Amino acid sequence: MTKVGARDAPTLLVSDLTVGLPPDGDRKFAVENASLAVMAGQTRCLVGESGSGKSVIGNAILGMLPDALPQLSGSVALHGENLPKQRDPAFNSIRSARIATIFQDASASLNPIKRIGKQLAEILQVHGFDASSHKDRIRDVLAAVRLDEPDRIMRAYPHQISGGQAQRVVIAGALLLKPSLLIADEPTTALDVTTQAGILKLIADLKKELGLAVLFVTHDFGVVAEIADHVSVMKDGVIVEHGAAADILTSPQHAYTQKLIAAAQPSAPDKPTTAAEELLQAQDINLVYRSGGLLNRQRTHAVRNVSLDIAKGQTLGLVGESGSGKSSLARALLRLEETDSGTIRYNGHDITHLAGPDLQRLRKSIQVVLQDPYSALNPRKLVRASIAEGPIIHGMPKKRAYARAEELLELTGLSSTAGQRYPHEFSGGQRQRICIARALALEPELLVADEAVSALDVSVQAQILKLFADMQNRFGFAMLFITHDLRVARAVCDDIIVMKSGEVLERGTVTSVFTHPSHDYTKALLAAAPTSDFLALRGK
Amino acid sequence: MLTYVLSKLMRAAVTMLITVSLVFTFIRFSGDPAAALAPPDAPQEVIDQYAEQMGLDKPFWVQYSGYIGGLMVGEFGYSVHTGRAVEELFLERLPYTLQLGGCAFLIALLFGIPLGSLAAVNRASKLDRLVMGFSVFAFAMPNFLFGLIIILTSALWFQIYLGGEGANVLFPALTLGLASMGGFARFTRSSLLEIINAPFMRAAEARGIPFMRRLIRHAAPNAAIPLVTLVGLSIGGLIAGSVVTEQVFAWPGVGQLLIRSVATRDLAMVQFLVLAVAFTMVLANLLVDTLYLLIDPRIRVR
Repeated sequence: MTKVGARDAPTLLVSDLTVGLPPDGDRKFAVENASLAVMAGQTRCLVGESGSGKSVIGNAILGMLPDALPQLSGSVALHGENLPKQRDPAFNSIRSARIATIFQDASASLNPIKRIGKQLAEILQVHGFDASSHKDRIRDVLAAVRLDEPDRIMRAYPHQISGGQAQRVVIAGALLLKPSLLIADEPTTALDVTTQAGILKLIADLKKELGLAVLFVTHDFGVVAEIADHVSVMKDGVIVEHGAAADILTSPQHAYTQKLIAAAQPSAPDKPTTAAEELLQAQDINLVYRSGGLLNRQRTHAVRNVSLDIAKGQTLGLVGESGSGKSSLARALLRLEETDSGTIRYNGHDITHLAGPDLQRLRKSIQVVLQDPYSALNPRKLVRASIAEGPIIHGMPKKRAYARAEELLELTGLSSTAGQRYPHEFSGGQRQRICIARALALEPELLVADEAVSALDVSVQAQILKLFADMQNRFGFAMLFITHDLRVARAVCDDIIVMKSGEVLERGTVTSVFTHPSHDYTKALLAAAPTSDFLALRGK
Repeated sequence: MLTYVLSKLMRAAVTMLITVSLVFTFIRFSGDPAAALAPPDAPQEVIDQYAEQMGLDKPFWVQYSGYIGGLMVGEFGYSVHTGRAVEELFLERLPYTLQLGGCAFLIALLFGIPLGSLAAVNRASKLDRLVMGFSVFAFAMPNFLFGLIIILTSALWFQIYLGGEGANVLFPALTLGLASMGGFARFTRSSLLEIINAPFMRAAEARGIPFMRRLIRHAAPNAAIPLVTLVGLSIGGLIAGSVVTEQVFAWPGVGQLLIRSVATRDLAMVQFLVLAVAFTMVLANLLVDTLYLLIDPRIRVR
């Protein structure tokens, strides 16, 4: 338990909270004897990986636990007063008015077919505020979350604003009724680093201005370093460590905390760079998307005059925010998208307009690992069948392909019997291992990883990055590593290209880009990454 | 917005033209209409004479351009059996079919959507299983079989003889409507379930918006978007179903007329009926697209 001074009572006090799991769960309790306090004007970060039970605590505080997760014991008190039972309709007057919440995907937490102004007004309406004052209050609160043009935002539908704007709108909605507690459940995980930095600063400012108590749920110690006053670390439903942020960050006691913090650290690559043969060379690539029918034709210039080289056995990082054209470029290089101009050479051959059997052979030597390991595997196919499919298509006898699949599963850190199971029996990290095994089954010369670790928890992320490096050492393939996360890029890449709006802004070796960024945008990206202050803090 | 409507209208016109052309072509190559009209043992000269009367001896392109030209000025042709204008025969039957189809449609909507919603809100309960079981049954049961069962039971047990002139619309409408109802209920359930579990519904709960308001103001309009498509498409199903149902219940509607005309190769009549069905479908699709504009802003502002 956090020690609570007698002079100031906590805004939120959770005591010995235990929440059950259905009988077929992998453990007995979703949350076990959890206690924590959040003071007015302070932020407590609740840190843990997915499945650790951190969001369950958030839901319990809001009285939103589903029947499958019953609150077995313990209490939640706001300003010393116990909250109603789970799912009690009395909670409707507490939610938003006294405890406000913001979620991970802000755009998805707005009704897609209602105007934003209407959705905000509804909060005032259901809590009994007079309709005449709605507009002014909403305008004020939109200004408070630093949104320009509040009138335009109010008229807009959710799909017409950006992810960062949506998160600001959701925060505005949370502040409308001046609550004393804000629960923020991974509110920046889905955002680009620059947007993330803005939102984190906003939350910190509002906390100070309004004296809010903030319970911030996250898996990212980079974010923790940025905003936490206090930290509680959760693992398998139990709070394993808690204390002041500075203490936890500089001298974590529990092994799990140490592991999480280590996983959040940037690690420099120590691969020798030798002048190797060029594998893939692209010159002045342009890609324009055309959409619409006969009457409303639209053009999007996704890639503009981009050139790049990848040497054999080397890793090139393609860094940029969403919409920067990095995935479009990769699709063009993979020949999944026809380029509008430019040439692509592979092993010295021009492959820009390759077709038919030649293209099939090229496909064999370039393999892809995608972001979402859940949708990348056919759920109705045994894992080994998924892995063996490629080699079999390219002429390997079935028996040998299956044996090879089992070998690869072991190499990627799974048991050889994993091949006889279905994808849904594996966790996200394990599935990504399967995807990597599948990509390696064809012995590619080039592996394209498109945000391949972005959907994973940080500690799993570190394991998968290590697997990529190990496999590269073993098989010697080159990699095109696409990511929006500089931390990840730094850990695996030899060279880096920074893209924005379809253009290359900066390129160089990892060390040069990270230590001497020449372009302002790169500097902004580096400054915005939550780990940038992290080392400084640890050094304190 | 205007371009959206215009492009939809253009597409509708093209669809109509293609349908008309296909029907015109196929009907001429699937057997000799003149031979079908003539008595079974008629000599070749008689058949040729029939063909000449109906203009079937002319080259295909001449027949085709003549037909399309006629359509442009509202000249749809004459039934070979009665010699009357086909649109006149059609309009005579239309009220019966509209009555039957309309009642069936209402039954499907008024029972299907509430039942589906009820099942979604009480998911995995006994009520859910009951509603879904009934829906699958209604959906899977062939129209004619269901109609025959209704006729049999009412005749045997209640001595009520259905069908013919002046018969009650209730039973044929029930027969026709139940199938669509099953589809509506199942689709409403799945579409509403998806919305109920969407993140914005949780967010609405966390904002303190009460349950019924979340359901009616937030879930229902979103769930209605895919439902509109199904409802539009089901009009086609209703037309197809009405052909069978009208036959079973001896209901004097357009469906019966269609069966008779096809059986006797009444060219002009069949062509006109297919045209009418195609027109209805195109109209339903246009209606769906326009409804989309009204309920989904993501299409509107593109």
